[in-house]
Amino acid sequence: MADRATFADQAMEFMPSLYSAALRMTRNPADAEDLVQETYLKAYRAFASFKEGTNLKAWMYRILTNTFINGYRAKKRRPEESDLDDVEDLYLYRRLGGLEAARTGRSAEEEALEHFTDDTVKAALESLPEPFRMAVLLADVEGFSYKEIADILDTPIGTVMSRLHRGRRRLQKALFEFGVERGLVAPAPAPQS
Amino acid sequence: MTDQPWGAAGPGMGTGDCDEAVHRLYHYLDGQLTPERRADVRRHLDECAPCFKAFDFEAEVRVLIQQRCRDEVPTGLHERIAQAIHHTATTGE
Repeated sequence: MADRATFADQAMEFMPSLYSAALRMTRNPADAEDLVQETYLKAYRAFASFKEGTNLKAWMYRILTNTFINGYRAKKRRPEESDLDDVEDLYLYRRLGGLEAARTGRSAEEEALEHFTDDTVKAALESLPEPFRMAVLLADVEGFSYKEIADILDTPIGTVMSRLHRGRRRLQKALFEFGVERGLVAPAPAPQS
Repeated sequence: MTDQPWGAAGPGMGTGDCDEAVHRLYHYLDGQLTPERRADVRRHLDECAPCFKAFDFEAEVRVLIQQRCRDEVPTGLHERIAQAIHHTATTGE
């Protein structure tokens, strides 16, 4: 059983990543601050139920996620879960690359990646419908395993994998579209027919 | 026709091996394949430069997303939370 007196010492270090995650979830700095504060207070009150030696970061994320889903999401509910278009594999690679890069062996695609700004990457992630955004955020930004994400979201692991893989492909499309819109990458050549 | 820059010979567009490797790309990068399947994908990547490049790119995208989604904690939030916890502790809930 975890001792409340040690909570702050153990949990405060997660604040930067919790705040970033809260921002991606709420897409609003004021809501993100409130969400993080509420998460910490709930975690503090429930700290006796935390098993010492298990993953405190994952435990905090579970509280963050539940608090978000039960409180903040309702504020701006959007009909966004149903229609996620399927995106092909290697979407971004195929658009950033080119015949020339393949010929010269230069990694033009990887060079092109460097043009993406923080704001663009954040905006692309935030544009994903929520279930997909959560999966990608937890896996690719925070580095949680499939199993940990399944526990955090209280969702079967198969669902996590499917959301994650679809979300990642959709994120590539969003990255490309935002990148083109902001003049960071060249538009793809029109498909030949 | 295809809109792939390299036509039909690119990763996932050529042999069944390429398709299979690309199909397993995320599981591979996530370290979620069985050792046998992982070895199969590795073997293919050793032999197939286009797929190797594509996998390498996907790993770079992962790094990009991981690095570019960080935000600074607003001034005062840390203190506000510490005070709120202290308040809860001293007033008993």
